[in-house]
Amino acid sequence: MSGTRPEQSKLYHRKMPATWWLKKQSYFLFMLRELSSVFIALFLVVYLVQIYQLTKGPDAYIAFTQKLSSPGWILFHVVVLLFAVYHSITWFQSSAVVLPVRLGERLVPRQTVTALHIVAWAVVSLAVLILFLALKG
Amino acid sequence: MSEPTITLNVTRYRPGKDSAPTVQSYPVPYREDWVVLDALNHIKDQVDGTLSYRWSCRMGVCGSCGMMVNGVPKLTCAAFLRDYYPRPIRVEPLANFPIIRDLVIDISDFLDKLKSVKPWIIRKEEKPVTEGEYRQTPQELEAFHQFTQCINCMLCYAACPVYGLEPKFLGPAAIALGYRYNMDSRDQGKEQRAVIGNHDGIWDCTFVGECSVVCPKDVDPAAAIQRSKVDTTKNWFQSILMPWGQR
Repeated sequence: MSGTRPEQSKLYHRKMPATWWLKKQSYFLFMLRELSSVFIALFLVVYLVQIYQLTKGPDAYIAFTQKLSSPGWILFHVVVLLFAVYHSITWFQSSAVVLPVRLGERLVPRQTVTALHIVAWAVVSLAVLILFLALKG
Repeated sequence: MSEPTITLNVTRYRPGKDSAPTVQSYPVPYREDWVVLDALNHIKDQVDGTLSYRWSCRMGVCGSCGMMVNGVPKLTCAAFLRDYYPRPIRVEPLANFPIIRDLVIDISDFLDKLKSVKPWIIRKEEKPVTEGEYRQTPQELEAFHQFTQCINCMLCYAACPVYGLEPKFLGPAAIALGYRYNMDSRDQGKEQRAVIGNHDGIWDCTFVGECSVVCPKDVDPAAAIQRSKVDTTKNWFQSILMPWGQR
């Protein structure tokens, strides 16, 4: 089939500006979601370095953790935590889209699936925190 | 008392004359029951017959009248002036597509992509008509029904930044329609739609999700793409772990 196509030289091609993601709230939130993985990766690097200090003995480990308690590092961890929470919530929202849940003939609403994921996440986080405090105490 | 008016700022581009699109303002009568398409038709009929745009059914079925209305992809037959009045309305051609003239875009790329996913039922062997239809249960129909609602209006392509940045991307509607036939219990042509699982298919999608937000038919192409990713990954693992189990 030789369909009629417009003459290429007469078409006007618009270019997407580099700031396209600032033009709409949903695009901006998408970029934040993507950016969150960078902060989580940075945190993991710091965490690996912290674990590595264990191999150098207790003094090195304590010196490193003391360094992490400086205001700059605390701010870094707060920012990472906020991004991690945002990333996790968007992950659960995405999961509800990707994996539809059925109860018999009925489709469970996406909001319910997301909410159940978040509740399960909160319960597991709490359990880990309690375990941590118990072991520490 | 003079009749209330609303201003439409419309993109104009005359190929061969203009080097870039310009904006032309048209004051049109404001009527509560008018949609943007009515206002464009008023301009075309009463003010400026040179304005070009596509439209047909005026009832959200044909998918021809998609344009950017204040920067959002919309069917102009469903975008009421009253939702914008008294502020002016910016009407532009659908984003991410080349402009042919004024508000008319070149849809060839979309049509090529649509054809590439073979959006029809493929049988390994057609049975004779005398043997009757291919039957399906309501549950089997429900697995893909919402994806049959696509009217090829291309609003999802205009909303998709991935398509804007990477024109090779197969795009939301074409993938959703390919998925629709892959999920159809009567279809046996999944292997012939391998283009969906290619790099320029589902794997280009970063799940921005705007395609599903702007869809006037609630089709949810984002879900089709993400579910296709899961299916393709499962099939890949199966083919690696159980190469003898290929159906």
